[in-house]
Amino acid sequence: MEKLISEFSSGLFFWQTIIFVTLIFLLRKYAWKPILDTVNEREKSIRDSLNSAKEAKKEMENLQAENKKILQEARAESDAMINQAKQSGKELVEKAKSDARSEAENILAQARSSIENEKRAAMNEIKNQVADLSIDIASKVLEQELNKDKNHQEYIDKLLNEKKFN
Amino acid sequence: MLVYASFGYALEEEKEQTLQEEITEYIYHHVQDSHDFSLFSTKDKKTGEKKYYGFPLPVILIDDGVKFFMSSKLDHGKKVVESSGKYYKLYHGKIYETDSEGYISYDENGKVTNVRPLDLSITKSVFSILLVSILMFYLFRSLARSYNDNNQIAKGVGRFFEPIVIYIRDEIAIPSIGEEKHKKYMSFLLTLFFFIWFLNLLGLSPLGVNATGNIAVTFGLALVTFLITNLTANKTYWKHIFWMPGVPVWLKPLLAPIELLGVFIKPFSLMIRLYANILAGHIVLYSLIGLIFIFKNLVGSSLSLVLVFFISIIEVLVALLQAYIFTLLSALYFGFAVQEDDH
Repeated sequence: MEKLISEFSSGLFFWQTIIFVTLIFLLRKYAWKPILDTVNEREKSIRDSLNSAKEAKKEMENLQAENKKILQEARAESDAMINQAKQSGKELVEKAKSDARSEAENILAQARSSIENEKRAAMNEIKNQVADLSIDIASKVLEQELNKDKNHQEYIDKLLNEKKFN
Repeated sequence: MLVYASFGYALEEEKEQTLQEEITEYIYHHVQDSHDFSLFSTKDKKTGEKKYYGFPLPVILIDDGVKFFMSSKLDHGKKVVESSGKYYKLYHGKIYETDSEGYISYDENGKVTNVRPLDLSITKSVFSILLVSILMFYLFRSLARSYNDNNQIAKGVGRFFEPIVIYIRDEIAIPSIGEEKHKKYMSFLLTLFFFIWFLNLLGLSPLGVNATGNIAVTFGLALVTFLITNLTANKTYWKHIFWMPGVPVWLKPLLAPIELLGVFIKPFSLMIRLYANILAGHIVLYSLIGLIFIFKNLVGSSLSLVLVFFISIIEVLVALLQAYIFTLLSALYFGFAVQEDDH
């Protein structure tokens, strides 16, 4: 211990303390402060970046979900529109068909009735001609046997009428 | 024949003795501070005169004014230097005031009675400390600058030191002192850690510097820790020393002197721990190197060499460990000093 004290170099202690304390102040100003500030700043920016990345991811996910929803909605809507179009197309066709059918039926009915009418007219004509012919023939037949009698004529008409062609 | 043999033995004995003495002297000189930076020395076999290789350092003495001359004038104690009317001589690593003949007087215990002027020389250790300080300033200044040039990312050697800086902040300062109060101690802790570490490593270099193994240096370091601890201490710290809360009143005055003693013992232990560890490491290392020359045979010398190799590796580890311990304990003491009362 005594040797330790007697060997103690006060000069070395003096310089060591001065240099060391000066070094602390110099390094504080020119090194530690800027280094620690930069490190802190960098750490803060890393933390912030990570947070914002997380947020961006979340937002992205939300956006994606929303997009999906919109897409689904659009799809559903288009499906509905297509269905509706199909439906209305079918209806249109159906209507056209039925219209055509009824028209055809009308035309047919008209045709039928006009045929009927024609037929009737033709029949009547035929009847009349047959009557005339019959009368002619009968008269010619009867001319010989009978006098031309009005009663006979009427009687024949009556008979003809009864015998309507159907 | 017999006489000759015993004489030869005696001669050899004497020679070995001188070799051991020489090694002891070398070790002593190496762990000691010196006034010039000698790298190695040779010894003239015939005259026994030593020749030193190295460079001189300035000698500054405070003795009725400032005396300044280069250490080469002292010529390792062989010459007496005259400086403005006073004579100085280097004797066993210290400068004494003498007469013009360089007379050294002793008292009855063999102690030198000559007057020692206040010696503020730039010694080998001071020179090393300056060197390390300049190196540190350059290193960390360039690290701080590299951030500006490289978008807040360290460049070059700073990449190695930046994680250590962050380690000291996150693993030493913040856990010991606390998140909000550690900032004002960071400059000291960082400077302290790198200062001790670099000086320890420089001590392991073949330059043979032994700054951190010198008690004056460790005393300086511990003193700064002591001053910072007690000057930044808050009320709680002093209350715990002089009027310990939570113990019976009759015990309080008994605890106060013990606690007060602790205030001094803490930095004292720092001083002794670093000094003893580094000094012991140097002595062990030099002794083992000396063993190589004492053995003088293949087996012994090579074994010593292997031993030196492993001890050197351990010493590199100790260099870091001692810097870490000194820094950690300083941080802990600061932590005690600023601790808030949470009882």
